[in-house]
Amino acid sequence: MSTRVGVVVFPGSNCEHDVVQAVGSLGGEADLVWHGATTVAGFDAIVLPGGFAHGDYLRPGAIARFSPVMSAVRDFADAGGPVLGICNGFQVLTEAGFLPGALQKNRGLKFICATVDLVVCSTRSALTAAAEPGAVLRIPINHFEGNYTCDEVTLAGLEAEDRIVLRYVDNPNGSVGDIAGIRNAAGNVVGLMPHPERAYDVLLGSADGAVLLRSFLAATDRSSSGRLAATATPTG
Amino acid sequence: MRFDVLVEVSLRPGIADPQGSTIERALPSLGFDRIEAVHVGKAIRFIMEAPDEHSARGTVEELCKRFLTNPVIEDASITITAS
Repeated sequence: MSTRVGVVVFPGSNCEHDVVQAVGSLGGEADLVWHGATTVAGFDAIVLPGGFAHGDYLRPGAIARFSPVMSAVRDFADAGGPVLGICNGFQVLTEAGFLPGALQKNRGLKFICATVDLVVCSTRSALTAAAEPGAVLRIPINHFEGNYTCDEVTLAGLEAEDRIVLRYVDNPNGSVGDIAGIRNAAGNVVGLMPHPERAYDVLLGSADGAVLLRSFLAATDRSSSGRLAATATPTG
Repeated sequence: MRFDVLVEVSLRPGIADPQGSTIERALPSLGFDRIEAVHVGKAIRFIMEAPDEHSARGTVEELCKRFLTNPVIEDASITITAS
């Protein structure tokens, strides 16, 4: 049976259909979930897509974290369910406290829309379990507030616990430690600024995002049997 | 008691402030050439009921910590006056 992915739609999300298309093309099933939903029952994995949830009012992600669906997503994540935040979804995950740190405005003051190289730093996550450690993936970014920041203690913790899953090869936005994506301690929650759903087929210019999404689609089996952390290999 | 509350949200030192830098760079071309350290933040105003100013301040500090600011990148300055 294919993995059923719930793609959360906040008012102002705009990448939800890209995720649905990508998941469908890679053998999963995806359905949209309105942010007012109070349950995510029936889904094997949850994606918070890119866009401008609640208009990015106050701060990106600041209001989305109060959407009713987020309590259900919190319970789902606490139970080990795979949760992926892409771009604005990553911002929501940091604001909601699923992941540490924050995304500040890009160094250089520009909105950046470009395809960049990412290196796979950890395979101990729902998003990168099937990727080759050290592999370089070409995936688009499309953001103004993608400059990851956190205090030194948090950064040292992320490094020590192998929680930085993807780094930029040529840092485009000033992110501390060249961080493009991080995971929670258990590895089932991952946030990243790049858009793997825009790079799942060579027709899109790169198919390098497919290995990430395939990892994510397969993460349900790993998390439900509690083997996600145990089977993964730490990498430097 | 009713209080007028002003919360000024500013970016913490070291956090990129592209609006501030862009405004500062535009100033010389308008003839304003003795201005520096331009920073842009947010002003949030509201009215609240509380038994006294101390209690109002406690509530607003909690509100700032949990919602109005992201403490990783922002600071808040709170001004409370009895209406």
